[in-house]
Amino acid sequence: MKSAVVQLPGLNRDRDMIGALTKISGHKPVTVWQTETEIPDVDLIVIPGGFSYGDYLRCGAIAARMPVMQAIKAKADQGVKVLGVCNGFQILLEAGLLPGALMRNASLKFVCREVKLEIVNADTAFTRAYSKGQVIRSPVAHHDGNYFADAETLKAIEGNGQVVFRYAEGTNPNGSINDIAGVMNAEGNVLGMMPHPENLIEAAHGGSDGRGIFASALAVIAA
Amino acid sequence: MIKARVTVTLKNGVLDPQGKAIEGALGALGFDGIGQVRQGKVFDLQIETADKAKAEADLKAMCEKLLANTVIENYTISLA
Repeated sequence: MKSAVVQLPGLNRDRDMIGALTKISGHKPVTVWQTETEIPDVDLIVIPGGFSYGDYLRCGAIAARMPVMQAIKAKADQGVKVLGVCNGFQILLEAGLLPGALMRNASLKFVCREVKLEIVNADTAFTRAYSKGQVIRSPVAHHDGNYFADAETLKAIEGNGQVVFRYAEGTNPNGSINDIAGVMNAEGNVLGMMPHPENLIEAAHGGSDGRGIFASALAVIAA
Repeated sequence: MIKARVTVTLKNGVLDPQGKAIEGALGALGFDGIGQVRQGKVFDLQIETADKAKAEADLKAMCEKLLANTVIENYTISLA
């Protein structure tokens, strides 16, 4: 399975993401710069974390208007899997590929710690390595991870199984509504999440709980 | 040239932690009776045109496309 990692000025987790994808799939992902209007033929496109455009205006707002996002949108419409982590999640929301918005953490503080994640929906292209209700560990590091959606949107995404991850065991680090940590689109091929699974994939990280997301998306495990 | 001001505010019902913190700080300074503080953004723009209608239409498009996130924010446009 081939993958691509998107690069924009200010993103800084691309290196970790390239490392994780390479180690788990055995293939180095291609990198795609923000001005590119076409994306090579891949099975998974990842927008990593960081601080694109210095978080100016709103996190992810300017990145979401770059040419590469039109190309990602076109690929997503064709069914290609797209994963946005942290700033990547913020960018996907700003680009309108996912429902809702991410706001300043309720504590107003940057949080950098480990949280617990409940796999709310294990029947997705990104989570089939896990089982429903399973609780995994994951690092988070963000200032604007407070997920918000209006009542109607919330009802729809909860009803459709689009809420994929929830902060578990009282570890909600940012005030997200319904403890939401990750959501996907209705079609199930675009996923955004605040936690950083790419930073918990091997013994050197102190655990490998995040590995299943990449193993699922890259079809390293049997469907 | 037309001068315009765009004001972006959070929609009702959207939690505003920064506004809450400011509200608390004002209270701590001894300002009593503050019901609520909501924080927003102001953009001052200069547009090289004499066509007011076009400027207004462009500003609306700018708000919809970039200046505001209409999932959580409202905007108002005023021309000087």
